[in-house]
Amino acid sequence: MGGANERATRQDRSGTTVSDGLASTMSQDEVARLMRRRGEESRWWWIVPTVYIVVLLLPIYWLINMSFKTNSEIVSSLTLYPHAPTIGNYVTIFTDPSWYKGYINSIIYVVMNTVISIAVALPAAYAFSRYRFLGDKHLFFWLLTNRMAPPAVFALPFFQLYSAFGLIDTHIAVALAHCLFNVPLAVWILEGFMSGVPKEIDETAYIDGYSFPRFFLRIFMPLIASGIGVACFFCFMFSWVELLIARTLTTTAAKPIAAIMTRTVSASGLDWGVLAAAGVLTILPGALVIWFVRNYIAKGFALGRV
Amino acid sequence: MEKTWNNKAWFLVLPVLVLVAFSAVIPLMTVVNYSVQDTFGNNVFFWAGTEWFEELLHSDRFWEAMLRNLVFSFIILAIEVPLGIFIALNMPKKGWAVPVCLVLMALPLLIPWNVVGTIWQVFGRNDIGLFGYYVNALGINYNYVQDPIDAWVTVIIMDVWHWTSLVVLLCYAGLVSIPDAFYQAAKIDGASRWAVFRYIQLPKMQRVLLIAVLLRFMDSFMIYTEPFVVTGGGPGNSTTFLSIDLVKTALGQFDLGPAAAMSLVYFLIILLLSWVFYTVMTNYDAER
Amino acid sequence: MNLSWMAWTLPTAIFFITILLLLCGMAIWEYASPGGNPRVGVLRFETTRGDRLFLSLLGSAFIHLAWLGLVGPNLWWALALSVVYAIGVFRYV
Repeated sequence: MGGANERATRQDRSGTTVSDGLASTMSQDEVARLMRRRGEESRWWWIVPTVYIVVLLLPIYWLINMSFKTNSEIVSSLTLYPHAPTIGNYVTIFTDPSWYKGYINSIIYVVMNTVISIAVALPAAYAFSRYRFLGDKHLFFWLLTNRMAPPAVFALPFFQLYSAFGLIDTHIAVALAHCLFNVPLAVWILEGFMSGVPKEIDETAYIDGYSFPRFFLRIFMPLIASGIGVACFFCFMFSWVELLIARTLTTTAAKPIAAIMTRTVSASGLDWGVLAAAGVLTILPGALVIWFVRNYIAKGFALGRV
Repeated sequence: MEKTWNNKAWFLVLPVLVLVAFSAVIPLMTVVNYSVQDTFGNNVFFWAGTEWFEELLHSDRFWEAMLRNLVFSFIILAIEVPLGIFIALNMPKKGWAVPVCLVLMALPLLIPWNVVGTIWQVFGRNDIGLFGYYVNALGINYNYVQDPIDAWVTVIIMDVWHWTSLVVLLCYAGLVSIPDAFYQAAKIDGASRWAVFRYIQLPKMQRVLLIAVLLRFMDSFMIYTEPFVVTGGGPGNSTTFLSIDLVKTALGQFDLGPAAAMSLVYFLIILLLSWVFYTVMTNYDAER
Repeated sequence: MNLSWMAWTLPTAIFFITILLLLCGMAIWEYASPGGNPRVGVLRFETTRGDRLFLSLLGSAFIHLAWLGLVGPNLWWALALSVVYAIGVFRYV
């Protein structure tokens, strides 16, 4: 990233000289007029983003709206806001174990997965960002293929594998299975951040007599703390949103909230209000953390390549 | 950064290797084993040779699912990429509006996929959903549960709603790296809006656009959760994409052999796409 | 540990051992002459011999599938075609 900044400033400088050269051939008036026109053009800049954001938020608003309605209000008429607001749906979720256990299960395996993914990805990302070694590029590619592989392909063999180990319906099974796509993701994101740390820091630390583990924990990790945060967030997110593998590997004891929600959907006599409330609660973790990672979202989804 | 050659780095990669080998290589080997055998349960297997592959390659069901998936991928790319570029071009460049836009636009990306399905399942219903209700009120007969075309429209709108922001954010990341001086120079030259886009903005976005197109193609090629929750693959088989079909065969009917053969063909296609993705990106980075 | 669920058979075992041996062979080759012999071939970007092996294997898989789907179950011809293809890849890509 240091490299990118450097490049940007260099371009900035050359760009300025170009425009200076051009500007000097024009009168000051003309430049001022052009600048004014530019300002006029951008007066309506906000329309497109606003319309887009409203369209994005409308379905989410509808979900939130429904979560505060009673079932009779939802079914009887289409109301744009809850006429008789109730928190009964949320109360149901927080008091019924079959609902809130789903959240606890999800959080347990997601946290386990995040910890495992980051722990194994940190040294690997360091190796990729600092060294060349036999087969490094092919290894990197192989990791990518795992991130790209459809979960549907792995659902069946995972079921067989974890059955053989007697791990079906445990949190660790889901946590390990989600490593399939989260470890490569963490490696790629962390590698991007680590490449931004100048190598001189490593060399100075080694000259100062730091051992590798001590250097890594005391000096290097604080330097890439934001990178670790971003990687954690994306591991958390991608494990949190995954349904297929989590549903396949669990039956009752470790059933995630996502699977509980789909079960409710297929049952007859839908409890729309509770379903909506459950949906709102699953959106919350992402919505709460999003502000802190706003500049890294594109990076995370593009595997750290932006 | 100049990297030093050091094969000891393998020890740092070893944990990842062991973990991913456990969760990727063993399952894949199992899939290969299953794909050439038949079973009646209880882990008793019979040699079947290439039977499942032949059956798969001659089955209409597979090719139809494949065709559906390809059509779906191309439609959403054709909508999301131009729309994403257009919105990214109109994003504010500085000031308080930037973080607000980023956060609000990124919101759909962070919603669990099954909740995305639930949201649209509700939103599109013509009795309790805002979208379905008002579309019907406009006089258009819309019912995604019964009409295949309406189901397709719903799934496509849902995907556009869900993922266009990714294209926007990627394009925006490319756009903000263009120094202001470039625009000023273009203005002074009297360059048209189109010329600015064509000769300044598009070249700068080329790399992120490639990433966006490839990512969107691959993700839509393995889409499962959202259409599964909204339509369950129906009505009939009209929204049964490859992943939905595969899960039906593998976990619904527990036909290990056919499911494994299908998984392998599916995986080979993904492998090819991943290779294209990787090659494009590394060559781009090398050229810079 | 009970491995019966993995349903190993002799042909698939031979297949994976062959792949493993190929990878070992590539590693030794790389160790003997490092750098991977990069060159720009018909694809007009730089490939190493690892890339060429990957392309050969992936292409062979697709050749076998195409043969099964279009011609018939006798895969020896597909194998022969794959070998020709692999030689082509190593020669020109």
